[in-house]
Amino acid sequence: MLRKFREKIGANSFLLLITIVLFIVMYIVGMIVFRNDNFGRLQVFLNLFISNAGLIVASVGMTMVLISGGIDISVGSVVAVTCMLLAWMMENKNIGAVPAIIIVLVLGIIYGLIQGLLIAYLKIQPFIVTLAGMFFCRGMTAVISSDMISIKNETFLELANAKIYLPFGGHVNKKGVMLYPYIYPSVIIALVVLVLIFFMLKYTKFGRSIYAVGGNEQSALLLGLNVRLTKLKVYVLNGFLATLAGFVFCLNTSGGFVEQAKGFEMEAIASSVIGGTLLTGGVGNVIGCLFGVLIKGTIETFITFKGTLSSWWTKIVIAALLCFFIILQSILASTKHKRRKASKI
Amino acid sequence: MTNVKKILRKIYGHSLFFPLTCLGIVLAVNLIKTPTFFQISLNNGVLYGYIIDILNRSSELIILAIGMTLVVAGSGGTDISVGAVSAVAGAITIYSLVGSMSSAVYRMPYGFAIILGLLGGIACGMFNGFLIAKLKIQPMVATLILFTAGRGIAQIITQGFILYVRNEPFKYLGNFIPGVPIPTPIFVAIMVILVTVLILKKTALGLYIQTVGINRKAARLVGLNSSLYIFLIYTFSGLCAGIAGMIITSRVYSIDANNAGLNIELDAILAVAIGGNSLAGGKFSLAGSIIGAITIQALTTSLYAMKVTADQLPVYKAIVVIIIVMLQSTELKRMVHSLYQKISNLIAGKKVA
Repeated sequence: MLRKFREKIGANSFLLLITIVLFIVMYIVGMIVFRNDNFGRLQVFLNLFISNAGLIVASVGMTMVLISGGIDISVGSVVAVTCMLLAWMMENKNIGAVPAIIIVLVLGIIYGLIQGLLIAYLKIQPFIVTLAGMFFCRGMTAVISSDMISIKNETFLELANAKIYLPFGGHVNKKGVMLYPYIYPSVIIALVVLVLIFFMLKYTKFGRSIYAVGGNEQSALLLGLNVRLTKLKVYVLNGFLATLAGFVFCLNTSGGFVEQAKGFEMEAIASSVIGGTLLTGGVGNVIGCLFGVLIKGTIETFITFKGTLSSWWTKIVIAALLCFFIILQSILASTKHKRRKASKI
Repeated sequence: MTNVKKILRKIYGHSLFFPLTCLGIVLAVNLIKTPTFFQISLNNGVLYGYIIDILNRSSELIILAIGMTLVVAGSGGTDISVGAVSAVAGAITIYSLVGSMSSAVYRMPYGFAIILGLLGGIACGMFNGFLIAKLKIQPMVATLILFTAGRGIAQIITQGFILYVRNEPFKYLGNFIPGVPIPTPIFVAIMVILVTVLILKKTALGLYIQTVGINRKAARLVGLNSSLYIFLIYTFSGLCAGIAGMIITSRVYSIDANNAGLNIELDAILAVAIGGNSLAGGKFSLAGSIIGAITIQALTTSLYAMKVTADQLPVYKAIVVIIIVMLQSTELKRMVHSLYQKISNLIAGKKVA
């Protein structure tokens, strides 16, 4: 029964479905366990987006890179250096918020361009190039300033703290005032990026060629696709998205320090994998990666609500989930392989 | 004339030429910057000096690099969990010795605790090996699991505390044994090197690992149990991480699950790359990796000597990595070659005109 269903919708959608079901089950369990702590309120759900907006943007970029058959382990460091650079420009150099943001995004594109050139044209392994990028950005963060800089720029803080209220789903507090749930502009940026990349991957020529290149580079080349240029574009776009993620992350933290966003890249990779992206390339979608991020957020919310658990339980649970999903992927892949073999005979 | 050229080509073509050149450059820069660099003095019955310090500090990196070399050679992937695994092994050993309180009294014999720690490392390696060899998961992804969870597991073992062992003999492994002027980690590293080389040279294991690394399917078709070898090399890498963990914890006679062996996996991968080993698997050179590990430590030590802070260190490491991989890139060589030919053609063409 299950197998027939799986065959009908395909292994990849099946993985996505598992992720979504897992998220819903986890959330319902949370609502039941923490029913006295208002876990069911819409605001708790929206907080998942608010605290993980940066991760959503970074994971979307990561998913795209993974689909193209590469990897980028420098995202966390890029986020750190972006936050630090924004803080440093606004606080120590008196550059306005808007020019600072534009400068950072342009630098991100240049960074992506360099990485892309090394990977696509010099054919150096993505892991090594982005490893160097990771070292470089983390080190640059310390070179800019080894102390923490907090942002006091008014325009920036206004943007960071602008609450956008939803017209529904409110609740009445003890004083009898109706409180409506809210989100921050960072959430809107994250969702816009998600939707744009979703459509780009699904409906544009560039998006489809990313899948082709990731699926089989040789075939893509034989079909006349410009493999190198596609890869270059992927890394440039990823560089842009990584700095954008840094900016969104900075809206949440309003400051820069050296140790910021450590392990962020692994969270992004884990979210993509949990969302059904294959690390061998060619398969994946950003919707799954959104749910990957939401699952991670839900685990964190559990731990905050529970109060007695340490934060490193998040990492252990994420690792367990990661393990579960890659084993599942491997099993699905091998049954598919066997079936194909059987049909040939 | 042709003889000289031949010899030069032989030297240039030797697999250790590249790593040795790197090490030579780092040491030469040091000699110019700090003329006292090669001085070794005897203080309180132990040897002191930059060179001793570099060899001492590079010991755990050498041990990890040996494990990593085999991993890279046999599976064409990297084991990014070694830093976290050494934290786990260190945590197991120290927890078995002193429990969840810092103290000087052992709960069990020292040797037994070390064996437990090493077994922990081996278990982690076996977990990685199972995922990679049996379930055929990409090495980087499979080891990502322990990379993420390892420090959390170490935290659970130490219950979130930094545990200290306030017992003098515990420091011997990571520092000096009284009466011996050479730091103990150097002996440990040499021992690991010797055992590994003996196993690889006296059995066909080294050859098999290369074969599996070059083409896993072909190796299986000629009758090698590819999965078994891949499982074994990851287990070995776990053991190496365990040994490194012992040294790391003994050096500071404590375990800090968050920081023990932090980022050391990246240095180990870098050591393998500098050693002239292809990260795509296949042929490997242990000597190259060892020299690579020493080079990285020499670079780190000399940058510290030049007053670069620990936080800023990665910038220089990144630049070195990029230069090294660009030098190794065959694609770049081809591009430079074709550019060179174009220019020489252009010049020749002009002359004709």
